[in-house]
Amino acid sequence: MIAPLLIFAYGNPSRGDDALGPMLLERLETLNLPEVELLTDFQLQVEHAIDLQGRERVLFIDASVSCPPPFVLSRLAAAKDSSFSSHAMSPRAVLQAYHELYGEAPRAWLLAVRGETFELGEPLSTAAAAYLEQAFALLQKLCASPSHEAWDQFIMPPTQNP
Amino acid sequence: MTFELETAANPENLKRVVIEPVTRVEGHGKVTLLLDEDNRIHQARFHIVEFRGFEKFIQGRPYTEVPVLVQRLCGICPVSHHLAASKAMDMIIGAQLTPSAEKLRRLMHFGQVMQSHALHFFYLASPDLLFGFDSEIATRNIVGVAAAYPEIARQGVALRKYGQEVIRLTAGKRIHGTGAIPGGVNKNLTLAERDFLLKDIEQMIVWSQGAVDLIKKIYCERPEFHNGFGYYRSSFMSLVRPDGALDLYHGGLRARDEHDQDIFDHLDYGHYWDYVHEEVKPWSYMKFPFIRSRGREEGWYRVGPLARVNNCDFIPTPLAEVERRIFKAFDGGSATQATLAYHWTRMIEMLHCAEGIQDLLHDDDLLGDDLLSQGERALRGVGVIEAPRGTLIHHYRINEDEQIVRANLIVSTTHNNQAMNEAVRQVALQYLDGKELTEGLLNHIEVAIRAFDPCLSCATHAVGKMPLEVELIDAEGKEIDRLVRNSSGACGV
Repeated sequence: MIAPLLIFAYGNPSRGDDALGPMLLERLETLNLPEVELLTDFQLQVEHAIDLQGRERVLFIDASVSCPPPFVLSRLAAAKDSSFSSHAMSPRAVLQAYHELYGEAPRAWLLAVRGETFELGEPLSTAAAAYLEQAFALLQKLCASPSHEAWDQFIMPPTQNP
Repeated sequence: MTFELETAANPENLKRVVIEPVTRVEGHGKVTLLLDEDNRIHQARFHIVEFRGFEKFIQGRPYTEVPVLVQRLCGICPVSHHLAASKAMDMIIGAQLTPSAEKLRRLMHFGQVMQSHALHFFYLASPDLLFGFDSEIATRNIVGVAAAYPEIARQGVALRKYGQEVIRLTAGKRIHGTGAIPGGVNKNLTLAERDFLLKDIEQMIVWSQGAVDLIKKIYCERPEFHNGFGYYRSSFMSLVRPDGALDLYHGGLRARDEHDQDIFDHLDYGHYWDYVHEEVKPWSYMKFPFIRSRGREEGWYRVGPLARVNNCDFIPTPLAEVERRIFKAFDGGSATQATLAYHWTRMIEMLHCAEGIQDLLHDDDLLGDDLLSQGERALRGVGVIEAPRGTLIHHYRINEDEQIVRANLIVSTTHNNQAMNEAVRQVALQYLDGKELTEGLLNHIEVAIRAFDPCLSCATHAVGKMPLEVELIDAEGKEIDRLVRNSSGACGV
């Protein structure tokens, strides 16, 4: 039985604030949420398109150096971007690969959590630890919300609505 | 073997072109070209940021943690580091692996090499090979391949996924696995897990054979072009089995020169520093290893699929061995030194991995319970494997409290440092010298670098980073032109 909601967090746990995604996933694991599958990896690649099969909703979680703090939730559309030419694809590019290979991709959102430092061996920064708490509060609300429309209400800033 | 174009005689009078970062390679790389007013190339260099900070990261940690910790160095080849570190720790605890432990590690390694080679060929290299190096940039990517050749794209995803499944079942987890531990492994395969992998392996072999046929067809359609692109001769280094067979997991070091003559053979890698030295150059963070007996100027070499397939006496699986013979005999052996032959040999190795996985899955030792061993302790351990990109050396010293006090890694990309620089220079001379620079021409340089599949160890990623930027700077350091690849993949000023 494929869980209808996939939450996919990516980042390197040993590179400072890049651990935000995997750490949020660890927090979610403690909730034992029904009908939710939690997956993590260092970075996104094309085979992750297979993990999207059969889902109603997909939420990607990543650390971001460019989003405003504490986080930004946005809807994702499949799109060709230059990450196709690297070892680490963007979530939009994974959705596009899904579209090319298997058809219409499931609805997807990105939770980008602000990160400040990404050095090997560094712990989570003080600022990122605070953002993590705020992001976790949002995640709990999202997981308790049953519909796509309800998720869209949490999109911020509003200009990022589809 | 020369260092022509490494350093220009009069750099202050030249204009500089920077390709930064190089796309479709792991991490961060930069190419700088120095040109005169007529666009003649005077200097070409490929710069890489290495594993800075690793020694500090690992120092003071208990040795038992190292095989897991090192996986976090790199998001692309964590299993390679996991296994090389585990082999080093085997030496520290004096372990001789049980048959079950060694075969389970070998299975994990086959899975790793298979998925890595599949990603590289289908997703990073095939757009150039199928559409042309200077084809329309908007379609020169995997989406373009998926649109034009959907079955090839689907097979690439499936091969990659299968390799990841092998890793998951042998390492215990999808990522951050703990399968290999000092002295052996901590889990075997269950019957259900073995059967799960067995049901698809025949298909994987068929598709891997198809991938070899595809690259062979592409290569043979234009043999002179593919043989000549970035061509130079060099030595090769790799592990080989005691009987001379290709062995990705264990063996002795073999190096052969540009005329296929032995430099050394079946060397115990536990004393690699007696044979391989590392040189520092002021313009690069990354070291330049060389074979000590041949000196700095002549001692550089290539590692990876091309080196392994050339160096071994045979491949111990039948289909891959047939392909090795075809490759070696092609056009009188003309492809054996070709930069683009990395792609051909990479697919031969992927076929070998699929065959090797099938062989192992029929071996009941994978289901065995005798998984650990240990012996006499030592304070130093060296582990070497043939990672997807080439020879990977892990070297550690511990103290009496069993903490790491020193670590030295020589990764495949470091071994290939001089070779990649040489390829860049050859392509710069062949295709760019005296011409007006375009994105398609600059991509020729990237094609040469990508043939090595360099992994620049940068698992950090962040939303919003610019993938490619080319700056043209005049002799006074003033920017006179800038080329940026935007988010749609197109180029603009």
